[in-house]
Amino acid sequence: MPEPLATALGWLPHELGLLVEALIKVVALLVPLLVTVAWFTYAERKVIGYMQVRLGPNRVGPKGLLQPIADAMKLMFKEFIVPAGANRFLFVVAPVISLTTALAAWAVVPFSDFLVVADINAGLLYVLAMTSLGVYGVIIAGWASNSKYALLGAMRCAAQIVAYEIAMGFALVVVLMAAGSLNLREIVLAQEGGWAQWFWLPLLPMFVVYVISGIAETNRAPFDVAEGESEIVAGFHVEYSGMAFSVFFIAEYTNMVLISALTVIMFLGGWLSPFPGLADLAFVGWIFAPGVHWFIGKLVFFMFLYLWLRATFPRYRYDQIMRLGWKVFIPLTIIWIVVVGIAIMVGLPPWFDAA
Amino acid sequence: MFVQIVFYFLAAVLVGAAVMVITARNPVHAALFLVLAFFTSAGIWLLLEAEFLAIVLVLVYVGAVMVLFLFVVMMLDINLAPLREGFIRYLPVGAAVAAIVVVELALVIGVSDFGLESMPAPPAHPADYSNTRELGKLLYTVYVYPFELAGAILLVAIIAAIALTMRRRTGVKTQNPSRQVEVRREDRIRIVQMPAEPRERVDRS
Repeated sequence: MPEPLATALGWLPHELGLLVEALIKVVALLVPLLVTVAWFTYAERKVIGYMQVRLGPNRVGPKGLLQPIADAMKLMFKEFIVPAGANRFLFVVAPVISLTTALAAWAVVPFSDFLVVADINAGLLYVLAMTSLGVYGVIIAGWASNSKYALLGAMRCAAQIVAYEIAMGFALVVVLMAAGSLNLREIVLAQEGGWAQWFWLPLLPMFVVYVISGIAETNRAPFDVAEGESEIVAGFHVEYSGMAFSVFFIAEYTNMVLISALTVIMFLGGWLSPFPGLADLAFVGWIFAPGVHWFIGKLVFFMFLYLWLRATFPRYRYDQIMRLGWKVFIPLTIIWIVVVGIAIMVGLPPWFDAA
Repeated sequence: MFVQIVFYFLAAVLVGAAVMVITARNPVHAALFLVLAFFTSAGIWLLLEAEFLAIVLVLVYVGAVMVLFLFVVMMLDINLAPLREGFIRYLPVGAAVAAIVVVELALVIGVSDFGLESMPAPPAHPADYSNTRELGKLLYTVYVYPFELAGAILLVAIIAAIALTMRRRTGVKTQNPSRQVEVRREDRIRIVQMPAEPRERVDRS
């Protein structure tokens, strides 16, 4: 427990104090996160609008800045319709599963050296386990809707996520080999010492595999066949309306921010500064010191990348998605495990000579 | 006290879910109850300070194996009525087998062998103890040969399963995505150079 918090909660019984402390941490994490997600949807519409030489939303508030609030109000007052023949309980539970798993994974994400809710030593495994649970929301939604389109979307999504999870898992195995730890904070600390020390350089193929698999895992364009408006209307959430739909929506965007954050932590040195040598400069030195501002800067870049890719690429054909996952990414990651293993054994400088 | 409440809660959910796996009428519900059973047993393993096994159980069984299970079960069109036929007729045999199994299990892992006297709770590990690291050390040093053997057997099983189920039929037209993505412009279109013909001049004078 940090010192000020410990003294402020000292009068409570020990267990209750821990509970209150955990609650404060969770709220401090989730409120900014959900605000980010809300305005991320606005940013998406704006960015894609400008990329397509349109204006994007510009009516609600100055420059349309209050659009997310208007959207939320609209969705809240829409009727929640359960289709006839749907499995009512599973139909309601599915979006909850989606959002819970998307939010739960944030518990171990370190924003800086000390800003983390739970600093557990199997953090990487925990993140993998939580993100692999997200697929249940989609599958259950597709099945419980009692709709052909929804079921087709769920099937596509399940096959795609299972395929890309393997590539993603192997990419993370390479990261943990290079870092020598499963703890996300220690993975970042293992990349200390400037932009050339970050893992994106020695693990460049894994970096590419992870970013692309991340897009496939979150069902974003160009891998959004689970929704596929032109073929299966809206895929797994075609029967959802009102708040239940928006919960799926929030989960999808939370997952995008999560995958961006994980990419930053694994491959781009998290909160570390690319030029730590300049931290001693007068006046501007604090910019070049490691800190949460670097984390947020890198995070925003990857969030922008998602929008950029969506505006740029047409949707992949389904069999080519499968080919890319199974026949390109998985062999590539297995080869790179061997390459990095050899590099660690010979202590290849400047990345692997420390240990 | 708190740990015991958590344990009994998880254990009750686990047993309930396990019973529902075999009694649920709908196979999708049964598969989902199996997911719940895996998840709660992962929680119990966490209580036993086996966090690596707990997370891997969620990651592998819940996150991958059960997804494929559900994938298959959801696409099946099962008529449930014939599956329920003869439940009463087979009940005595089934109950007898179940009773024998329970007695055998009780004999092997009864209170006399695994009670609190013979198996006291091990002391809790310090905070910096890493279950993952300890397991990895054991697997790759003491048990490296059994581990490698298990890996080799699994690999053989995978190859055998694929070899048994893969069949090549002749005379079937299929797409080959590798060849499709290798296509270049030169394979598809031919650009023909033609001399421009002089336009007929119309004398407007």
